[in-house]
Amino acid sequence: MRTVKTSDITKAVRDMCIHANLHFPEDCKKAFREGAAREESPTAKEVFRQLIENIDLAAETGVPLCQDTGLGVLFVEVGQEVQLDGNLREALNEGVRRGYQEGYLRKSACDPFTRKNTGDNTPAVIHFDIVPGDKVRIALMAKGGGAENMSRVTMLAPSEGWAGIKKFVLTRVAESRSNPCPPVIIGIGIGGTFEHSAKLAKKALLRKLDDTHPDADLAAKEKELFDLVNKLNIGPMGLGGKTTCLGLKMIVEPCHIASLPLAVNIQCHSSRHEEVEI
Amino acid sequence: MAQYELNAPLSDEDARKLRSGDVVYLSGTIYTARDAAHKKLCDLLDAKEKLPLELEGAVIYYVGPSPAKPGNVIGAAGPTTSYRMDAFAPRLHSLGVKASIGKGIRNEAVKQSLKDYGAVYFGATGGAGSLLGTCIKEAEVIAFPDMGPEALRRLRVERLPLLVINDSVGGELYVQPDLKAVGLA
Repeated sequence: MRTVKTSDITKAVRDMCIHANLHFPEDCKKAFREGAAREESPTAKEVFRQLIENIDLAAETGVPLCQDTGLGVLFVEVGQEVQLDGNLREALNEGVRRGYQEGYLRKSACDPFTRKNTGDNTPAVIHFDIVPGDKVRIALMAKGGGAENMSRVTMLAPSEGWAGIKKFVLTRVAESRSNPCPPVIIGIGIGGTFEHSAKLAKKALLRKLDDTHPDADLAAKEKELFDLVNKLNIGPMGLGGKTTCLGLKMIVEPCHIASLPLAVNIQCHSSRHEEVEI
Repeated sequence: MAQYELNAPLSDEDARKLRSGDVVYLSGTIYTARDAAHKKLCDLLDAKEKLPLELEGAVIYYVGPSPAKPGNVIGAAGPTTSYRMDAFAPRLHSLGVKASIGKGIRNEAVKQSLKDYGAVYFGATGGAGSLLGTCIKEAEVIAFPDMGPEALRRLRVERLPLLVINDSVGGELYVQPDLKAVGLA
């Protein structure tokens, strides 16, 4: 057994909250530059120009990339040989609390009915998993509300298959139009159950934009649907253009013989997530 | 497509001359409000109480800024998604509000109210919060301080870069998705 200090976990989460909201991931920045080069309309080019200037400004001044600094969504993998010296959930939430307070980040968590702000951006949404090994691995997303609102889960009939999946995803992106801050990143979860597909979709958003799915058939499907989405001509901020989506990532797992669960999690262009291993 | 330097509050003439696609650099006094603040404003109107802002010519920015770091006026301050304010916007336009600033599509009732009252809907670049925050020179909470980021603020802005999305004659800048290109129509 290896002992991991919960204080180290709190510190790591705090640091990730602040860093992720100020420093844009390199793979996404590269996608912006490629998008700017690809677009022909002055409006689409201007959107990318502002977004690239915004990235540099946030890193320089310490003012967040976006005022919606997100709800904290954490994927936590705990090695089964790890012994913790305290309350893990509380340590993670304390990290979020400190990060959002000390980093001057917006607190966006509220009661669904009274709409009263909880004041410290907790509780974070935490997904735990137990894995082999003696490490703790934490992935943090600062997930904005605008794009999350455009996300959906559906239970397709198995006979609808890949054609039905494509239709649902394309319709969802088309109906969302300018709302989720395109160009978007699309996380797709297929399989499992109702709730599991949504979790897979969220997890798919943690993949690097320039990675390739290890399964050749799924890689081809991702590419096919990615190209289709970019034919919708929604473009940067919905003003038209070739770049509606910067990446489309799927995670697929087995499901019930009666079901074809499908979740589409939309991520705005400000894709803020980081990972740490302790 | 024209380019204008305008001052807020907006005159009726300024609002009516704008067309979808025009670029506007807006300076002057504007107000922040998201859906929760809109609801409170409408509650005050229902109760026939005095509002904390002057609606005539007002420009309302749909934004919930991040907290100001020490020495700064405000934090990041980009637009939030506008459809959540659709239920309230026509009433405010009927009372003199000349423009809103946000991102994302508006419903037919809002677009009709722009025509009815000679108002416009501006888009600002979503996700450019750090950049847009630099255009804000003064910020003061003037109502609902308990709502934190959702409080009603008065801002003094300098050259806030905006695009006219919907104008007062039915113009629309957001494109219709090309459903044919993907076999959906």
